[in-house]
Amino acid sequence: MAESRTRTYLGVPMYRPRVAFFEFSSCEGCQLQILNNESTLLDFLSLVEVVNFREAMTEQSEDYEIAFVEGSITRDDEIKRLKRIRKNAKTLVAMGSCACFGGVNQLKNRFRNPAGVKREVYGAHPVDSGPVRAVEDVVGVDLRIYGCPVSKDEVEKMVLHIAIGKSIVVPKYPVCMECKRNENICLFEFGEPCLGPVTRAGCDSWCPSNRAGCWGCRGPAEDVNLRQMIRIMEEHGFSEETITDRLECFGGFLSLMKPERGKGG
Amino acid sequence: MIFRVFEKEELRQLFDILSDHNRVVGPVEAGRDRNGRPVYAFSDVREFNDIRLNHTVTKLPAKRYFLPFKEDLATFTIEKDNWHKSIAYNIERPFVLFGLHPCDINALNKLDKVLLHSVYPMPYYAAKRKNMFIIGLDCVPQPYCFCRSMGADTALHGFDMFITDLGSRYFVEILTDTAYNFLRHIRTEEPGEEDHILYMKVVAERNEKFTAHVDTTDLAKILDMEFQSDVWKYWGDRCLACGTCANVCPTCYCYGVEETVEINLKGARKTKMLYSCNVIDFAEVAGGHNFRPERHTRLKYRYYHKHRGFVEAFEESLCVGCGRCGESCLADITVPEVIASVRGSGGNE
Ligand code: SF4
Ligand code: SF4
Ligand code: SF4
Ligand code: SF4
Ligand code: SF4
Repeated sequence: MAESRTRTYLGVPMYRPRVAFFEFSSCEGCQLQILNNESTLLDFLSLVEVVNFREAMTEQSEDYEIAFVEGSITRDDEIKRLKRIRKNAKTLVAMGSCACFGGVNQLKNRFRNPAGVKREVYGAHPVDSGPVRAVEDVVGVDLRIYGCPVSKDEVEKMVLHIAIGKSIVVPKYPVCMECKRNENICLFEFGEPCLGPVTRAGCDSWCPSNRAGCWGCRGPAEDVNLRQMIRIMEEHGFSEETITDRLECFGGFLSLMKPERGKGG
Repeated sequence: MIFRVFEKEELRQLFDILSDHNRVVGPVEAGRDRNGRPVYAFSDVREFNDIRLNHTVTKLPAKRYFLPFKEDLATFTIEKDNWHKSIAYNIERPFVLFGLHPCDINALNKLDKVLLHSVYPMPYYAAKRKNMFIIGLDCVPQPYCFCRSMGADTALHGFDMFITDLGSRYFVEILTDTAYNFLRHIRTEEPGEEDHILYMKVVAERNEKFTAHVDTTDLAKILDMEFQSDVWKYWGDRCLACGTCANVCPTCYCYGVEETVEINLKGARKTKMLYSCNVIDFAEVAGGHNFRPERHTRLKYRYYHKHRGFVEAFEESLCVGCGRCGESCLADITVPEVIASVRGSGGNE
């Protein structure tokens, strides 16, 4: 990786952005995905200049162009930190389901008695944590990388496209397209529920290809027909609880769901 | 056309001879559905016993052996400021398709019109289509099969040999030299008068079994008249825009192309992926404008391409009536119902 700033791609000089990674309320699994990727990690790092990555380095800087933000926002100090990141970064990327829609964390917003739950969880060491919010509920977001966790390929592709000036395209269609491409037999045939028809593709139908129904971790595809999806699940005999649990799990469908419930059938 | 008959056990012999030196693909049981019914799929077969000669329509058609869901059109190696392009048609050697129903053979014949005999033939398709040995197989019409309405219930060409089960023996139509030569390795005989009678009886009995129908009379014209009909809205409201109907269809050939660069910048590839006109960005063009942003307009387009546009261009529709799209559609949108509703709407509204 001796190439330096003068690196070119097909004769065109490349852009080597200064990037920073930040985590908020999350499992840090998304960042781990990037580090995990030993075979391509060096190539990846040669495309960018990482100035902030707590999981991998101690030195930190506020001089960056692209901020990758992982995690959902639950505390006041997080809001302050996030706003500062937004000010520093030219491009803010929400990375992973937590950052994009609150992720699994937002399930706690379902509790009717948050104070009681908190006492259960934290006992004598209370943590000042409020309702879970997606990054875009607090600051503006320029790009999103969906998934729980994100797929390393997608992160790498995004960075590569920024470096060589190619546009960033995320599938707009649902997981079913990839599921069929992978030549799977539909899980509904076997009587298993799946959110593939309403969930944004890009994971290469990871779950259905492993014979598990999609839980919608990448959030809604564009132009989804949630009312029909619910009706179909009901017709296949899945309980309201099964359907709701699935749709609420990662938070991506929440904004679409409220008016749709009860209209099925 | 040459006809022969042969004893049933000879078929195993034929399979063994073919599979000795060739890759053989045929219908196998891929599992059981929630009602305990077998689910069939085309797959590589090594043992004659794995082939399901009595298979009903497979979930996915054999199309993927001719038009893969995903296929590299070109790969590039990049060195400094230069690049080198290589193209492969992605078929190493010919192989045998053992057991295609008439609908699936007719589907290939339709694809031929666009991808083989048009102004710009597609070499990726042609290379595969010309290198397959196809054995057709008769079938028992299922409740969703409406191939008869589409004139696709018998295959007249597009295969090497076609086998019909006469009960105690097989009746075979031979179309190519290759098939003729392979059949010389098993014991066959000239069909007699009684074989002909039996064959006609079997065919007549099969014809009785069709229950699903589509009235195609003047359909292209009726579709023209019903372009604004409310029924499209009705079906569009049900549709999930999931693209499954096109993905399971043996005659849909639309695709998108994606270029990817390797992260080490040493290589790139151009990949073709089959697409579906029902998905949201099918008609989105550079700059972001979408010509068909609404579900019902996209669903309508699929029907117009198959039953109107293609008919005008080729005097036949781009549907063989295999029923796969309706069977796979989670929203229960089937061709016979959609067409009937369009025909019906003229009178009612
Ligand atoms: S298994 Fe899920 S993703 Fe796959 S086709 Fe069925 S509904 Fe779609
Ligand atoms: S199949 Fe669904 S739940 Fe699984 S990774 Fe893909 S989007 Fe997430
Ligand atoms: S399979 Fe059914 S729901 Fe899916 S796009 Fe086709 S018509 Fe619509
Ligand atoms: S449109 Fe449907 S019935 Fe017609 S050929 Fe395609 S999958 Fe078969
Ligand atoms: S659609 Fe026609 S040719 Fe195909 S399996 Fe059914 S009856 Fe046979």
